[in-house]
Amino acid sequence: MIELLSYGAFFLTVALTYAIICLGLNVQWGQTGLFNVGVAGFVGIGAYASALLTTPDDPVRFGGFGLPIIVGWLGAMASAGLLSLLVGLLTIRLRADYLAIATFGVAVVVQLCALNLEPLTGGPFGIGFIPRPFGWLAEDRMTFSLLNLSIVVVTTLGVYLALERLLRSPWGRVLRAIREDEQAALALGKNAFAFRLQAFVIGGAIMGLAGAVQAHFIGFIAPENYVPMLTFQVWAMLIVGGSGNNRGAVLGAVLVWAVWAASAALISAVVPPEAQARAAALQIVMIGVAICVMLLVRPRGILGEVRTVSRHVNEVSGKK
Amino acid sequence: MILQPLMDGLIAGTMIGLGAIGITLTYSILRFANFAHGELISWGAYAALGVSSALATAYGPLATPIGPFSFGWSLPIGLLTSMVLTGLLALLVDLLLFGRLRARKSAVIILVMAGFGAALTLRSLLEFLVTSKPAYFTSALQIAIRLAPGLRATPDQLLSLAVSAVLVLAVHLLLTRTAIGRAMRAVSENQQLAALAGVDVRHTIRIVWLLGAALAAVAGVMAGLLVQIRPHMGHDLLLPLFAAAILGGIGSVPGAMLGGLIVGLTEALSVQFIGAEWRAAVAFVILVAVLLLRPQGLFGRPA
Repeated sequence: MIELLSYGAFFLTVALTYAIICLGLNVQWGQTGLFNVGVAGFVGIGAYASALLTTPDDPVRFGGFGLPIIVGWLGAMASAGLLSLLVGLLTIRLRADYLAIATFGVAVVVQLCALNLEPLTGGPFGIGFIPRPFGWLAEDRMTFSLLNLSIVVVTTLGVYLALERLLRSPWGRVLRAIREDEQAALALGKNAFAFRLQAFVIGGAIMGLAGAVQAHFIGFIAPENYVPMLTFQVWAMLIVGGSGNNRGAVLGAVLVWAVWAASAALISAVVPPEAQARAAALQIVMIGVAICVMLLVRPRGILGEVRTVSRHVNEVSGKK
Repeated sequence: MILQPLMDGLIAGTMIGLGAIGITLTYSILRFANFAHGELISWGAYAALGVSSALATAYGPLATPIGPFSFGWSLPIGLLTSMVLTGLLALLVDLLLFGRLRARKSAVIILVMAGFGAALTLRSLLEFLVTSKPAYFTSALQIAIRLAPGLRATPDQLLSLAVSAVLVLAVHLLLTRTAIGRAMRAVSENQQLAALAGVDVRHTIRIVWLLGAALAAVAGVMAGLLVQIRPHMGHDLLLPLFAAAILGGIGSVPGAMLGGLIVGLTEALSVQFIGAEWRAAVAFVILVAVLLLRPQGLFGRPA
């Protein structure tokens, strides 16, 4: 019973860190229509930034500044946001798919830097001893995992509420207006480029935050955590859950992660060890097929986008 | 000292260029960046490997090396078969996925995303079928010929350069001098107007897929012959391919080849002077530079 509860807490914590990444992607894609194929790069930057700021001093590499975890998380948002700003400034004015190609490149380069800038990132061995929230309680596993879960729940909820507020604000309305009809939005005097750039930076910063939350939960990061597979998983989560809908993003993350974890458990239980690498490839085929089928059959996802004009409209008309 | 890296870069560059021609054609005519193009390269290489080893097993003399080259007649036959098979694969993906989305008038970015899903499916399916262990067309060792002091190349490498040059010229002539080439350019300019003028748009799109996939298969076989065959080979080439296509200017065949050569040469020089571990970043740096300085590419027109 305790085992099950403890696994449940662990599962939900991991799933919710994906949910935060999904929420960030939803600002970029769901609300604004910006296609980011380099999610792993932005998550990775956040994780490394926070690890550098918060780990104890390490003589073999730069830093380890031993700062509080919250500073690390803010640093993660700032660095991923800055990266998004640079990529956005470069590509958002150009053809829509140039952003996709450029972000694809960003992910490749971030992974390459993590691997090769050994004095900064620890190279292929990564960074360990990342302080974990409530680390002093690690002896009592149940309390520890529940406290960690509650931190991730609070963070997810905070991001969710902030985004809901933002997207129902005039700012969010302009974003959707630009996505639906750029000419009309331009004619109304809205600077489409600036709004898109802001959305891209906010989404990127949230991904960085998610990377930091993940890193502090696991306590260890390495370049192979931030491979393109992560990007694919997050996309599948958002498309399955329903792009444009924040609750859909969270639901999709939990659902896809559950299917992923269950199929991984099934493979390791049923398939003989020598065939497991092949079976894992089939698992990835499943993610790819899920993306294509959802696009063909139900492009709006499980929970589609809810049309909102303004929260004041309902208040005036007397409806809840 | 500098000559050998230039030779290596030239050879890598022609492989990138052949792949980039496929990207630039689908990009300008179907109007979306196809992330699944790299997978056509991998599938093309494995299809050629399958056909060629089956032929060699069935009839031994086909495996005997031709003249100075490291492979027998089974490989050219395998390559031609693979060009057709890869083309059919591209048509199948179009039938199942892209065609349906086009018929629904989906936004460009949905097509890009579908390509991204298709790439993931194709790559992992290939990995499932053949495992991630590298494979080779031939185990024969080749002695490099000395062309000049400090410059060596194997007969296979020289043949690859010649084949690429012929192919680029052929595709360029096809686009500029034939009826189907004119139809392709018309569809790329304006699909509706082309249809009104009597161009069979669906037929043209099929030809574009066949052509792009066949070139991808050639690039895959070249990469397999000169380096090795892996399920991830196409995915690893994707960023250099896009960098080359954008550098050359979307829609320009000579541009894509020139872009491929520039990317290949820069990679080889950076391996020489900076270090092999940063090779994968070169294409990105070139891409960023092009987007900053000349987003329409060398031979492209401003959007």
